[in-house]
Amino acid sequence: MYDKVKYLPAGDSALTMEFGNEISVQINKRIRNTVTAIENNPPEGLRELIPTYRSIQVIYDPMLSDFEKMVQGLEEVMGSVGEGGEDNYRIVEIPTCYGGDYGADIEFVAKHNDLTVEEVIRIHSSTDYLLYMLGFTPGFGYLGGMSEKIATPRLEVPRTIIPAGSVGIAASQTGIYPIDSPGGWQLIGRTPIKLYDPLAEVPVLLNAGDYVRFKPISEDKYKEIQRLINENKYEVNIIHNGEVRLDVL
Amino acid sequence: MSFKVLKAGLFTTVQDLGRYSYQRFGMSVAGAMDPFSPRVANILVGNKESEAVLETTFMGPTLEFNSSEAIAITGADMAPKINGRPAPMWKTILVRQGDLLSFGGVKSGLRSYIAFSRGLDVPVIMGSKSTFTRGKIGGFEGRKLSDGDQIGFERDLTLSKGSYLKDVQIPEYRKDDSVRVVLGPQDDHFPEESIETFLSSTYSITNEADRMGYRLEGEKIIHKDGADIISDGIVFGSIQVPGHGMPIIMMADRATTGGYTKIATVITPDLSKVAQMGPGSKISFSKVSAKEASEIYRENEKRIEEIRDHIAASTFNLNETRSMNLKLKGKSYSIEVNEIV
Repeated sequence: MYDKVKYLPAGDSALTMEFGNEISVQINKRIRNTVTAIENNPPEGLRELIPTYRSIQVIYDPMLSDFEKMVQGLEEVMGSVGEGGEDNYRIVEIPTCYGGDYGADIEFVAKHNDLTVEEVIRIHSSTDYLLYMLGFTPGFGYLGGMSEKIATPRLEVPRTIIPAGSVGIAASQTGIYPIDSPGGWQLIGRTPIKLYDPLAEVPVLLNAGDYVRFKPISEDKYKEIQRLINENKYEVNIIHNGEVRLDVL
Repeated sequence: MSFKVLKAGLFTTVQDLGRYSYQRFGMSVAGAMDPFSPRVANILVGNKESEAVLETTFMGPTLEFNSSEAIAITGADMAPKINGRPAPMWKTILVRQGDLLSFGGVKSGLRSYIAFSRGLDVPVIMGSKSTFTRGKIGGFEGRKLSDGDQIGFERDLTLSKGSYLKDVQIPEYRKDDSVRVVLGPQDDHFPEESIETFLSSTYSITNEADRMGYRLEGEKIIHKDGADIISDGIVFGSIQVPGHGMPIIMMADRATTGGYTKIATVITPDLSKVAQMGPGSKISFSKVSAKEASEIYRENEKRIEEIRDHIAASTFNLNETRSMNLKLKGKSYSIEVNEIV
């Protein structure tokens, strides 16, 4: 974490508050507390906040504020940031079919890290991941806690279409694509679970603060779950306040 | 109290000024690509500026009106016609039951906007009527319009006076243009020479340019130490530079967050210009400070305020609009005449 928050301009209507340059539970907690403090005492002209791993995107009305004024207003709020915490969490099980047509880049990820495909699957599915933030597309959760042993850089040229449910790796991050979208992540598998369903009562399945548990499944099991989902008969396995597996292999 | 979409055109969607306040759940803002044009169109038909309009790209729709309505067409010039006769742009038009609005080919710009005085009867989702096609929500059934769709109006027609813009208030769209940017938030991830390259080169808009973003092609921009960052927020006009060194301008349907370095951000008043440029157009970038950007923003709002004042001061009675054919030196013309109030 930086000693002092950095304020970076993002055009005429936004700025980025940067708290550090790493993914850490500590920074993320600091960000969640800062968001609460800003919302309780919003500087004039504030429109919206997008909290992320290690920064907050602050969007403001340029008729009511500007970069300097907003920095000043935010600095005043920073003095009142508390140390709150949360004790309730969910572990959400995500059945995932690894490799093959479902994860076209898994061999690249294995080769890049001098591992076998089986080892990549074992490492990826043996730890629970904290959901730090939602972003990118509706319902996309950014997960932390992946082993460096399977870290792989993004594609140099992003794909123009990635199917919904794809599980990918980008540098030290892992995540699931909730809708068909372009993107540059290395794809290692796919889940039939819907993370985003615009017609559902709760359109977004995962929340910040959840833990995600990937469960390897066969292609047959994938198809069976997909059928159950289509028939509205599948229930996602959610464990409340269960034991979190944080031992990274 | 509705209109029927006889032909949908290439890509026609319902848009307002965007779905703000839900970006933290990953919900894209969407909204009009060129915010200036729908704001002015709405003023011309007596609406609040943020009312939903139709945005149509490159090839416009054909609409049949089942009731009378006051409309205004702004943005790209796609040669609009009412019942086959040229219709004015940047001006209030009264259409009657059975009238057909159609478009020819695009003459300048890329996106036209049609505002409706009676408002579009589509659901407000998370505070907005904007269509976000990738998320399949908002607008008309969460999708672009199709042939045969029927869209209702929300209220009675109460507008009795129309208006128009002065010629100098109408933007000119150019194929090649310069847009102003504020450097950052990650300009420090690039060496001095790369910033120089970015600001002194001309970039072409590739065919991969849509409501989500514009991929550009030109001089390669080299990073100091890799193109990846820990994913953070993206705004309308953020310019990302992935590993291949070619900039991408993030537009209305952008993702809320992303993991590529952002060298600069296009200032809001120049986004309308970008939105009216398409594949093959050329863009160059010039730098302004955050302070200058803020001043330019306010000047631009003043310009819209002046348009609002002019519209309020220069009205004509809508019902008095008369179309007639005129022969001049052997050529036929179709003209519209309004009584000036």
